[in-house]
Amino acid sequence: MAIEKSTWTTKAGLAQMLKGGVIMDVIDEEQAKIAEEAGAVAVMALERVPADIRKQGGIARMSDPELILRIKECVTIPVMAKARIGHFVEAQILESLGIDYIDESEVLTPADEEFHTDKHKFKIPFVNGCKNLGEALRRITEGAAMLRTKGEAGTGNVVEAVRHARTVYGEIRKLHGMSEDELYTAAKNMQAPYDLVKSVAQAGRLPVVNFAAGGIATPADAALMMQLGVDGVFVGSGIYKSGNPAKRAKAIVQATTHYRDAAIIAEVSKHLGEAMVGIDISTLPQDQLLANRGW
Amino acid sequence: MTVGVLALQGAFIEHEAMLTRIGVETRQIRLPRDLDGIERLILPGGESTTIGKLMVMYDLLIPLRDRINAGMPVWGTCAGAILMSRRIVDGRPDQPALQVMDIESRRNAFGSQLDSFETDITMIGLDAPFHTVFIRAPIIENPGPSCRILAQLSDGRIVAAQQNHMLATSFHPELTEDDRIHRYFLTI
Repeated sequence: MAIEKSTWTTKAGLAQMLKGGVIMDVIDEEQAKIAEEAGAVAVMALERVPADIRKQGGIARMSDPELILRIKECVTIPVMAKARIGHFVEAQILESLGIDYIDESEVLTPADEEFHTDKHKFKIPFVNGCKNLGEALRRITEGAAMLRTKGEAGTGNVVEAVRHARTVYGEIRKLHGMSEDELYTAAKNMQAPYDLVKSVAQAGRLPVVNFAAGGIATPADAALMMQLGVDGVFVGSGIYKSGNPAKRAKAIVQATTHYRDAAIIAEVSKHLGEAMVGIDISTLPQDQLLANRGW
Repeated sequence: MTVGVLALQGAFIEHEAMLTRIGVETRQIRLPRDLDGIERLILPGGESTTIGKLMVMYDLLIPLRDRINAGMPVWGTCAGAILMSRRIVDGRPDQPALQVMDIESRRNAFGSQLDSFETDITMIGLDAPFHTVFIRAPIIENPGPSCRILAQLSDGRIVAAQQNHMLATSFHPELTEDDRIHRYFLTI
């Protein structure tokens, strides 16, 4: 009986197993253990959370492989790590570490301003960010097996995550109602392959799992994104830049599961301590918006 | 007949879609009150640590264990199979589980995601091979005397077992188009 590894089904399938869950950014073993203990479905191993990348500036690169391996050693859940957009050697390095998923991420400084990594060439699956359906379908065409709406990472402000999720799902609903001849122009306008546009229009949904990311700071934020239609959430700075990370992490996990149950969300939102302070995105200069990276 | 699908986390919608296609009514189970009127239960794939913790937090562990011990048919896929096992190997030492079935499961027995795979398996009760997918999958070890081994890989590792009304599979029939194992579960 032949065994086939790293097929599309295994790549997209792992993301299906993460659905309804919370993926947490962690910068060391201690945070990784807190995340697993809180019920995270996976951890994203990083040197700095996006809020610190934003504050400290400079070039943000792939994390130290040693750090990623130490985090991998101390948890039983899947481990993800970020490579710069278009930096396929960082991706090759991460693949060689035997982790579970690569995030080709706009949170790091892009290495290529024209081309994303050709993700079909890899055995390891990739997750990519998107702001709209065209961007989502271009990433799938390049081989992404999972998506996340970009939001605006490191701000603690959910407004961009909401905008991107509403855009993606609104565009899918519009496609779903289009006649076949309209789909050709839709594909042209969103700069995505016609066949993929057509299959999304027919199915009325994305062919891969889509999480929300970028600015989720409270249990209510997580449930909001779930009710808007995402399959799960990424939380980064929102947990470890708050007063009581362990408690907040656990509360966000519960709100993601019980996202339609306001009484439960109210209960888990009690006494969480200080939330991340957050940034009003309209005060950020255009060149500091991470979501604009990637095309 | 209504089949409950534990919906705390993981690939529960895929199981529901398969059952709906067969023509069976389903219900998502998140709280103990959701169990009323449920005749069968599926524990889906996902992260066993996450699902286990949420089962404890929302007081589902004991009612589920009681219903299963009282004879309610149950099927666990991947993480679901882990949660059913008497003992979990290579898990977290304090990982909560139902511990209803006389098997052990070894978590991530094949390695990381890079070792996830697709293959054909031969399963007792099915007329022809079943093409399926293993994702960071566990294997079943040391099945007790009342367990029946239903499927093994060519190296002998156990990937499906049944003990009376309890079915455990390491793999994910819900990610395929083949509904034979879902149909089989409805007969046990």
